[in-house]
Formats: sequence, C-alpha cells, structure tokens
Amino acid sequence: MTPLVEARGIRFRYPSGRRRGDASWTIDDVDLTLDRAATLGIVGESGSGKSTLIRILCGLIAANEGEVRFDGRGIGDWLARDRLGFRARNQIVFQNPRRSLDPRMTVATSLGEPIRALERRRPITSELAAGLERVGLSPALLDRYPHQLSGGQLQRVAIARALTVKPSVLYADEPTSALDVSVQAQVLNLLMDLRDELGLTLVLVTHNLAVVGRLAERVLVLRRGVVVDAGATVDVLARPGNAYTEALVQAAAEVSLADGGKPISAGA
Amino acid sequence: MLSIRDLQVRIGAHEIVGIEALDIGAGRRVGLVGESGSGKSITAMSIAGLQPREAVISGSIRFDDRELVGMRESELARMRGAEIGFIPQDPTRALNPTMRVGRQIAEALRLNTELDRGAVHARTLELLEQVRLPDAASYLRRYPHQISGGQQQRVLIAMAIAAGPRLLIADEPTTALDVTVQNEILRLIVELSTAHGMGLLFVSHELGVVRSVCDEIGVIYGGRLVEFGSSRDIVTRPRHRYTSALIGAAPELPRGDALARMMGKRFSVIPGAVPPIGGFPIGCRFRNRCGAASEQCASEPPVESDAGGHRLKCWHPVAAGDAA
Repeated sequence: MTPLVEARGIRFRYPSGRRRGDASWTIDDVDLTLDRAATLGIVGESGSGKSTLIRILCGLIAANEGEVRFDGRGIGDWLARDRLGFRARNQIVFQNPRRSLDPRMTVATSLGEPIRALERRRPITSELAAGLERVGLSPALLDRYPHQLSGGQLQRVAIARALTVKPSVLYADEPTSALDVSVQAQVLNLLMDLRDELGLTLVLVTHNLAVVGRLAERVLVLRRGVVVDAGATVDVLARPGNAYTEALVQAAAEVSLADGGKPISAGA
Repeated sequence: MLSIRDLQVRIGAHEIVGIEALDIGAGRRVGLVGESGSGKSITAMSIAGLQPREAVISGSIRFDDRELVGMRESELARMRGAEIGFIPQDPTRALNPTMRVGRQIAEALRLNTELDRGAVHARTLELLEQVRLPDAASYLRRYPHQISGGQQQRVLIAMAIAAGPRLLIADEPTTALDVTVQNEILRLIVELSTAHGMGLLFVSHELGVVRSVCDEIGVIYGGRLVEFGSSRDIVTRPRHRYTSALIGAAPELPRGDALARMMGKRFSVIPGAVPPIGGFPIGCRFRNRCGAASEQCASEPPVESDAGGHRLKCWHPVAAGDAA
C-alpha cells in the first residue's frame, strides 16, 4: 500500500530570509514517509524548522523544491482540484489554544468553523455536542467562551474542532507544551485514545523526547532544517545515530526524575 | 537567612497561601513545585513583595533579622534590587524592547548600587561575562529582539545578580526555552549560586527541573506546603499522595530497553484539576483528587508529621519504601 504522506527532497525558505541575504534553507532536502494509522514524532529545538515542515505537509505553505504526495496524489493537484477536501483530511492542532481559538466566539461557534468552511454546511448542535464528549468534555461547554475554560479544556476543544471534519492526518504542533504536567498527561492520553479509536494518522511535533518515546513509533530529528536522524523511535532514542540526537537525549536525562537527586552537572 | 513563619496570603475572603514554616539557609537552593494554581508562584512573589495589589499578607517573612511583612514599599523595593534578586518567567516580556541590553543592566546597577558612571560600565561588562555571554561588549549595544530567548534570560539573570544579592528568586525561569538551552540556564544559576553563596528559591511545575537545581524541595498544593525534604528524598521516596501523583504524571524518557516496553502506554494522570481560588474542599485540600481519601481527610486538615527526615501533611501517606 502506498504511504499516506510522502515527501521527497523538500526545500523551503521564507522570502524574508532571502531578502536579508540569508541563503540558507529553513527546510533543506527533507524526505519523509508516513504510513496510514502510524504516529510520527518530529523533534528538534526552536528554529529547527519542525513547525514549518508540517505546514508544508498540510499545504499551508508551498515548498520551493521537492514534492509532497498525499494519498497517492501531489499536493499541488489536491489544492487545485479539491482544496477543501484536502484541508479537511489534514488538520492541525496548535500549541497555544488560547491563541488558536477566537476569544469572541463561543465554543460552539469555534467548533463549527471547520464544518462551515470545509464542508460548506451548517453544523448540527448534536454533532458538536458529540464532538465535545469524544474529547471528554461536557456539551454544557458549548455556550461558553474561551476565557471561561482552563488551558487543558481549551486544548481538548481545539482537538475536537480538528476532528469535526474527520481528518486522515492530525498534525499536533507542540500540543501540550503550554500546559501543566498533570494536564499534559491527560491530553496526551486523549490523543493516544483518539488515534486508536479513529485509526488516525498522527504527526506529533514536540521538543519533548519523553512524549515521542511513549506515543510515536517512528521519529524524525530535525536540526536547522536538515533531518539528522530518523527511524524507529526505540532505535533512534535508545542508540542515537549522531551527536545532536545524543545531546537531546542527554539533556532530557539531566532533568529526569529517574536520576533521583543528582544535581545538574556544572561546567559542561 | 530567609525564615517564613505562619505566612498567610489572602485575596478577599480566600486564603491563597497558608505556610507554617519554610526556611532557606544561606547559599541553599530550595525549590517550590506544584501545578498552576497551587500557590507556588504567589508564595515566591510575596517574598519578593511582588504579590498582586489585592493580596493581603500576614505572618512573618524574616530576611536575616529584618521583617519583610509590613515593610514600607520603598524600603522593600530597595531590598528587592540590592539583596533579593528576581528572575522572571518570560524574558521577552520582562525586558524593555526599546532599550539596549547594556542600558537595562546599567539601570539595574544605578538603582541598586552606589557605583559611579565608570564603575557601572565596567560592572555591566563583568556581569555579561559572568552570565557567559561571549563577546560581552557587543551585547551592550543590542536590543532584546536581536538576541535569542536563552540570551535574553542570561541578561535578566545579570540584572538580578547586578547588586550582589544574597537571595535569588526564580519563577519558572526556563519554561519558555528549549531543553538544551534550559539546561544551560539551570547550570548557570547553579554555578552563580555556588560561586557567590547566593540562596535560591526556585519555582517550577516541573519536578525534574527543580530536583536538578535544588538541595531541598517543597511541594505545594492549595497554598499548603504538603511535603518538604531533600531533593533526593522527595523524588525517590515521596510520601504525600500529591507528590507521588506529580511524579507519576511527569513524562519521562525511558532508557534503553524500557523504551520499547513503554511505547504506547498511557501516562498516569492526576484525576481532575486544580480548583479555582476558593474552590478547594475543606479538610485536606487534595482529597477530591486523591485515591486514598477517607472520612478523616474530609473532616480535619492533615497535621504536619516527620516522615523520616522530611515534613509531611497527609493522613494516608504512601508507605515508606513504596516507589511512586
């Protein structure tokens, strides 16, 4: 079976970078394969290009070079012939739900947006209510505004909103880094449950290796737009193939709880 | 050096913080850990005199032999710059975007020291070197947006230590940073605290970060210090149900073969959420999220006990020796 998403030789740079005379690529010759119902973790630090990469895969920005194929067809073809269908099948959840949900809209209005925009119809209250229940929220929240909800509840709303149009791939861009530890665990469990229940293909962008280690069977390590490590998570993280991945694993270990009371090493 | 007794912070009818005792010895590093809304930040802010205007503080916060509770704002402001340094959470918001970095550090020196102009300049350069900004002189002329988040945080640390304080208060100083940058900042804080014998009060919701920096950890829930002990003790032998739940919920990267075993496994969670101000139950404030809660927890707030070297407030602690 062909992979659901396939990217070959992707290169991208922001126009503003070129104007400043910066010739380097934000995304530089990236290959990527995503199988149906698989979970891929994309890790890297700020500026590594991980958020840019998923925006290219979703068709929100166009690569300068290379090709992205989704479900057997090129992304350009999708956008020309069935733009709305493509958008519905590729949904993103962003890092900060307070910024991704309009503060002036009720939860019901926000939830219904993708249905209105991509399916060109009016959402039915019962489907919105069911959408909230699926992410563990009470339908009573439909009439509330974002400021009346906690960060964890808002992120659940953002996930529910992405799912209203039955995507094939859910891209989650640092979905829990704005949340408290205990709420993170709840949202990550929810993503795992939804993935298994709906057969979703999940792309998880994160700087947190621990999250990838639990959720994503495959991982891609990005540094300055270049894939420096990729493969099965159990191999890549247990036996890093290069110094950068190793440094990330080491950094996670320094603030790990497994080490008991070992203080952070000075002078490294 | 810092000694807190019966500290109460009230907002309106609600007691936000109620801490019977918390001490920071000279040069010691103490962490406060808990979820958002647990009261850890407001405790730290209250010590620095930066609590919200509507908060009413009672009890005692002694710094050396001076009482900070009830101190005049002007005197407190002077202490805050000169003897207590404060590192804020979000460096981008804490720096003035329209002012060069060098001037902002110089400002901190002019306000909090008696140095003359020439000395201020020399000391500014020295501070930039102390916080490991290479080529210090070039940073003087840069604006905050021209440097990275990690470098901005270094500038704020330089400002916090400018007048040579004996206590540093850091409120989630690394949450906005990447892990490798975070660790460099943590290392810098540890080094500076060691080199200058500066005490540290470090607030974070990440237990792993706190334990890597601090000698001792206080776990806060509902504004109460529910457990306090050495970092090693708290992390390896937690006794309070809340501490052990926090440890369980922390995403940890398993090592080696454990990685394959843990793949696809759900995270353990703390049920429910921290209630809003005034929403905590009576008795033990954690009881409505606790699997071990009993009648007793509903009727009486737990009293403090000594649990093999650490202080604990729980009627039904995790058995000693039971890993979390």
